[in-house]
Order: sequence, then structure tokens, then C-alpha cells
Amino acid sequence: MAKKKGEVKFGEQLTVGGHLSRSVVTSGPGIFWVTVFLLVPLVWIGVVSFLTRGEVGGYGKPFTFENYTRFAGFGFFGFDLLYPQIIFRSLVLGAGTAGFCMLAALPLAFFIAGMPARYKNTALTLVLIPFWTNLLIRTYAWQIILAPESPITHLAVALGLTTAGSPLYPSAMAIYIGMVCDYLPFLVLPLYSSVEKIDWSIAEAASDLGADKLRVFWHAILPQVTPGLVAGIVLVFIPATGQFVIPDLLGGAKTVMMGNAIQQQFLQSRDWPFGSAIAFIGMGIVLVGLWVYARFSGEKGGELL
Amino acid sequence: MRRVSLPLWLISGLLYIFMYAPIAVVIVFSFNSAKHGGPWMGFTTQWYGKLLDSSDKIAATENTIILAVVSTAIATVLGTLLGYGLSRYWFPGKKLFSLLMYIPVVIPDIVMAVAMLAFFDLVSSLLGWFNMGLTTMTIAHITFQIPFVAIVVRSRLVGMDPAIEEAAHDLGASTWQTFWGVTFPLMLPGVLAGAMLAFTLSLDDFVVSFFTTGPGATTLPILIYSSVKRGITPDINALSTLIVLASVVGTVGVTLLQRPRQPSGG
Repeated sequence: MAKKKGEVKFGEQLTVGGHLSRSVVTSGPGIFWVTVFLLVPLVWIGVVSFLTRGEVGGYGKPFTFENYTRFAGFGFFGFDLLYPQIIFRSLVLGAGTAGFCMLAALPLAFFIAGMPARYKNTALTLVLIPFWTNLLIRTYAWQIILAPESPITHLAVALGLTTAGSPLYPSAMAIYIGMVCDYLPFLVLPLYSSVEKIDWSIAEAASDLGADKLRVFWHAILPQVTPGLVAGIVLVFIPATGQFVIPDLLGGAKTVMMGNAIQQQFLQSRDWPFGSAIAFIGMGIVLVGLWVYARFSGEKGGELL
Repeated sequence: MRRVSLPLWLISGLLYIFMYAPIAVVIVFSFNSAKHGGPWMGFTTQWYGKLLDSSDKIAATENTIILAVVSTAIATVLGTLLGYGLSRYWFPGKKLFSLLMYIPVVIPDIVMAVAMLAFFDLVSSLLGWFNMGLTTMTIAHITFQIPFVAIVVRSRLVGMDPAIEEAAHDLGASTWQTFWGVTFPLMLPGVLAGAMLAFTLSLDDFVVSFFTTGPGATTLPILIYSSVKRGITPDINALSTLIVLASVVGTVGVTLLQRPRQPSGG
């Protein structure tokens, strides 16, 4: 640790004071900015979540737990688990999106890594282009693709996947299609960099020792790509759980997600204390989920968290 | 070299089609002469001509570019300093403050967006600062960009051999000389990568902009969102096609720039 006085680091001997004054100049401004404009606001909505909604959309004292009890279902109209259900649905959506993306990213990452050197960059760039293309554009396009009169919808009806009366969009399925399409590159990229580092001699050794293809993959290959997989799943799960644009554009009124609920409270109902409570609970659940996940994935996920 | 098997080719091909289907549809429909979207009615370029006449789309483009350039410039300076400082110098509570950098990575952007909205609203009612608009959006963008720049710069510095800087000092260079002559050139690729990431994050951002903007300050993502909510129109497809084109040119350009350093293709 550089803390020890007089230790030489990077060819320089710095006192504690030297460390402090240089920290103030280098780290200082950035830390100040992020503290003032991000940490303080997050703490502030934590406070707001315990305040009472005012008459004309503002908020103020007295302090109350009402927003949290209302969230838990003790509302005006008796007991109703609407909000816990919304959070649950969002978590399922986040986990489901991460799961489907993982299934799709595995073949893609191995495909790119297995390409001859000349085409590898092209194959990778083809994943990067959607990654850098605006998410809104890629999302609303599914409204066109899944519209009632589109060929895809006709095909789905012909295959019996859906009936002519029930549209593909808006629906929960449309949300999942849009989510997986939008977030797939987020998982392919970290996974690909893990696949590139695979030591194939381990797989060959396993195979020579008589393991079948499935066992080789499960015991000799998968453990080697776990770091990329762990990082990619987090990169998909967090934004997918809080998404409000994709459910908003592709889902109907029946598929309200956490993001939509927060947006409604802040912009339409103008009940900021309740909106803050939902945001705070959602954030807490995502962080706890991450923490549990980091523990489970142990050392392998260590580099990310 | 391992061969790519036929089933892997097929699956990957389908996945590429899946990723590109929305982009292709937007491009094709931007040339559709049907007024309200819907089925194909014939080829036209009239929607592109219409874009030039619509002042709101031009204003939104200007806002988006100003926002991205200004926020990226400030965030790159602050983020680079932060990444450098965190990798080199100690201060009390450093571990805790290092966690700050991960906030924008680990919390959903909608939570960040409403928190900033509530904060700007509070400060403006208490002190009269911050009218919601381009300025508040810029501040908000810088806030989520700084950590990303710092993370990229720091990981570049961590991977560097300390012996290089030690050698500079041993040869009599001052701290300042070592920084500008040795450290900075070595960390520059990280700084550029961080700046590029920050720039794209700003261009792509919808949620934070949507909550921290005010009347009159619209960006392209906000414009597209509000238009699509009213129903997809061909001129929005034309606008989106141009944005897609810019992303393709940007991505391919950056990939080509990075290529000489890894001639064998990574």
C-alpha cells in the first residue's frame, strides 16, 4: 500500500502529505463532481421516499413510512400486491434477458473466435455496429416487424405461434425479443474476449482422456470462459431490469415494469415520494442481487466488482 | 486453427440476421413512399428532403452534438485525472470513494435519472440555480461519463510496467517531466478509448436526458421517442437511417484505426 510513509512507488518517494495534496489535485475534482451530482441526489431521493406528497404535486413533511407500506400493498383500496409484482416481473425480465442472451452469445462468441484471422475483425465489427447503434432505433423497428400486417406476423400465425386475433406486439414476447436483440452484443463482447484466451490444450487433454464432447465443453471449456460470462450477465441484467423504453414501446398496459412505474410516478402522477420509494427499493434489490451473484461467482467475478 | 462447424455457421448467421433485422427494416422503410408507414408503396427519397426543412430535427441534432462534445471534453479531463489519481496516490477513505465509480455501472439508469431530476429540482427551488435544459443535461451526462472514463484509464495504468517511470526518475526527470514525457503518452490510448466510450454513451443516452431536460432542449433520442409514441412516420425512419449510417461509419472507422497495432486480427 502506498500509505506507508517513505515507500518508493513509480520511482518517487512521497510523504503522506504528498499523497494527499496530489490526490486533491487529481482525484479531487472527479470525486467532488460525482459526489455532488450523483451520490447526494441518490441520498436525497432516499429522503424524499419518506416524505409526504403535497397538494399540487410537490412534497414535504411530515416524515412517513406510507410510501413503503403502500408499495407493500396496504393501499387505499385494500390489500393489493401490484408493486411487488411489478418488481418481480422486472427481475424476471432482467434474468430472462440475461439467460436468453447467454444462450445466443455462446455460439456467436465461439463462431467469431473460430473464424480465420482475416475475417475475425469483420465478424467482430458486425457485432459492434448494433452495439453502437442507438437502442431506441433498434427497439421501435420491432414495432414495424411485429405489426399485425407484417410478413413475420403472418408467418407466426401460419406456424400456430400466435392467433390472428392476438398481436405479437404489444406483448410480453415482443419485450423479450426487443431486449435480447438490444442486449446481445453486451454479452457477446466480454464473452468473446474470454473465448479468445481459452487454452485449447486443456480441452484436447480432456478429450484424449476419453471425455465426450459435452463433458469437454462443460468441464474444460466453460470454466475458462466464466469470467466473460459473469461480466456479460451483469452488463445485461442491470440495464434490462431497469429498462423503461423497451417495455414502454413494445409492451402493452399489462406489462408495466419497474422503469415504467417509476417514470409514471415522477412524470404523470407527480407523486415523487412514492416514485422515489419504488426507485429506492428497485435499486436495493438490484444491488442485493448483484452482491449475492458476486458471492456465488466468487473469484471469477472478482475483476468486475 | 479450429474449424467452424456447419451448425455453428447456421446458428451464428441467424443471430446476425436477428441483430440486423431492426436496422435493415428502418433503412428499407425510410425509402417507402407510404405516408403513415405500413406496407410497401414504392421507392422514394422525399423523406430525406423533408428532414432538411424541419427545424426541430436540425435543432435536436445540434443539441445532441453540443451535448456530446461538451460533456465528453469535461468528463475526459476529470475522468482521466481521477483514474490517474486513484491508481497512484493514497488518501483516507480511498477504497470507499473508489466504489463511487461503480455507481453508474451497477444501478439502473432510470434510478440515476430520477435522482438527478429530484436534485436539480431541489437546488432550483432552494437557490434558484439550474433551469432544466441543455445545462442540466450536460451536467448529468458528465456525471455518468466520469466514472466510465476513470475505469478505462485506470485499467490502462494498472497494466503498465512501473519500471518505465522509475527509469525516467532515475535518469533525473522531474515528476512533471515524467508525467508528460512518459506516463501520459503511455496512457493516451486509454484516455482516447475512455473519451470515445463517453462520447457514445452521451449520443445514445435517452433515459437520463429525458428526465433532466427542460422545455426547448430536445436531443435526437428524445425526439425519436416522442415521435414514435405518436406513431412511426417515414421521416423518423429517414432520420434514424442517417443516425445508423453515422454509427456504422464511426464503428468501422474506429476499428480500422485500431487495426495497425494488431495486424493478425487480435
